[in-house]
Amino acid sequence: MTLAISPGRIRRRAPAPVSVVTAALLLAVVAAAAIAPGLLSPLDPLQANAADSLQAPGLAHPFGTDQSGRDVLARVIHGARYSLSVGLGATALGFVAGLLVGVVSGLAPRIVDSVLGRIIAIAMSFPEFLLALIVIAIIGPGQSSLVVALAIAAAPAYARVARSQTLLVRRSGFVRSARVLGVAPGAIILKHVVPNTLGPLLAMATIGVGTAIVSAAGLSFLGLGPAAPTPEWGVILSEGRNLLDRAWWVALFPGVVITATVISISVVGRFLRARHAGAVA
Amino acid sequence: MTGDRQHQASATAVRTAAGRVLSGLGGILLAVWGAATVGFLALKAIPGDPVDVMLGVQSQVSENVREQIREQWGLNQPLWMQYLGYLGRLVRGDLGQSYQLRQPVADVIGSQLAPTLALAGLALVFALAFVIAGAMLARTRWQRSITSTVELVAVSSPTFWIGLVLLSVFAFRLGWFPVASTRGFVALVLPAVTLAIPVAGILGQVLRQGLDAASARPFTLTARARGLGHAAVVIRHTLRHAAADSVTLTGYLLGSLLGGVVLVETVFGRAGIGRVTLRAIIDRDLPVVLGVLVLSAATFAVINLLVDLAYPLIDPRLRKVGGAL
Repeated sequence: MTLAISPGRIRRRAPAPVSVVTAALLLAVVAAAAIAPGLLSPLDPLQANAADSLQAPGLAHPFGTDQSGRDVLARVIHGARYSLSVGLGATALGFVAGLLVGVVSGLAPRIVDSVLGRIIAIAMSFPEFLLALIVIAIIGPGQSSLVVALAIAAAPAYARVARSQTLLVRRSGFVRSARVLGVAPGAIILKHVVPNTLGPLLAMATIGVGTAIVSAAGLSFLGLGPAAPTPEWGVILSEGRNLLDRAWWVALFPGVVITATVISISVVGRFLRARHAGAVA
Repeated sequence: MTGDRQHQASATAVRTAAGRVLSGLGGILLAVWGAATVGFLALKAIPGDPVDVMLGVQSQVSENVREQIREQWGLNQPLWMQYLGYLGRLVRGDLGQSYQLRQPVADVIGSQLAPTLALAGLALVFALAFVIAGAMLARTRWQRSITSTVELVAVSSPTFWIGLVLLSVFAFRLGWFPVASTRGFVALVLPAVTLAIPVAGILGQVLRQGLDAASARPFTLTARARGLGHAAVVIRHTLRHAAADSVTLTGYLLGSLLGGVVLVETVFGRAGIGRVTLRAIIDRDLPVVLGVLVLSAATFAVINLLVDLAYPLIDPRLRKVGGAL
């Protein structure tokens, strides 16, 4: 299982389907919006302009404007940074925590493993959103709480897969051979156990970013994330909720963008997973 | 099978069922105790003085009065005393007092239970209807790819946003449903549909895998060869096989209903457990949060026990003593 793929192999592969290419392009646009929002929208997402209040979508404002006359498209573009960083940050943190707990559990003596395994199973039985809500109830609201809460919510799933992979690898022939050859336990863990758990975990993590983005939007919609003028997607939607009778567009477009982003992530994630499985088989 | 052996077998079956109920009840107690303990520790571990939460941050109160409040709430006792006192009250069904509302947590939750149960119950009915309709309709390749796309959108889009769109179209544009009213069945429809959509998405994906696996089995071919139509094959044969897998998800789906209720009640401005929980989280009213946590753990455990007991009803193979156990 090497990651270095020779150019010849890529050429022989069937080209990615249209849906995957479209999804990848869309993700590239969202990523660009997160990295350099100024390039995609020259308008200020925070600048109020009373004269432009609640303009319907049109040429000047493709997504319309909100009550303070701020351009919704500009707010959505600038919001990509918050949503993506929470999604990626929470996933990375949860990934690392889950990997650590899973590998430790898989290598630890049976008593420790059965206790950790039990805890992982209980945590897994809660949906991520509920778990994140409980964590926020304890640590309090805010943007960094959002990342921590979603990371804790995501970690059990990674821990479970890392644990079962570790148990498999630990009994495999090459680890036994390495032990017989006198390779130090630390080196075995770093060179054999961890790399072999990474593959399935990475495939999970791609889709996990999407889940984290949706949950983050939900939590900030509830007022548990960044505070009001921030152009975060969930915050815009909660502003849109109070304008539904006058301006449907404020609540519509951010949701379309979230859904499209998350679907694209799942489509690309599933494609990568299938390709990964195919490459291993 | 002789009558004697049959009698013996059914006696064993009763005994294993009783054993399962007993160990299930033990599991419920364990789950409630675990949730209560974790919640209690978390509550004590967080920084900040509960007295501040009760009085509000800006309040100017003498240290004397603060000490009085601490004494009144038992906050000056050693931690283990507080813990034992808390467990003792819990056994008697007392979930403590809300910091903010100054009334028993059990009353706060109890008064809001009915609207949430009605919402979740109707959502569950809708979700099952969507899933079964999806399973029946998806026959040709085209139909199947449409259903799986709908499922993908359902699990990928934020629940609350779907609620906003439904509200915008069916309440504000078309006026089919009330905008602000939360009374009566009609007002329950849009929130229940919103809550049902993600549940139906997850359930649909799992069920479809089960259906595909079941329809590849020989009994499906036999049923078709007997001349049964698609709907009859699904209802009488493949759905029952696929249902066994989906039942495992019950606990998970219950949890997503509970999480979804917080969002859906906020979107539609309904009263209920979700609103109470959100208010308590924002106001740092931790006794209420803890009460909701303990009650949800108990509900989860009860539902999981019921699911365990329901398996043999769905799958006759599990009824045989010493069969696939």
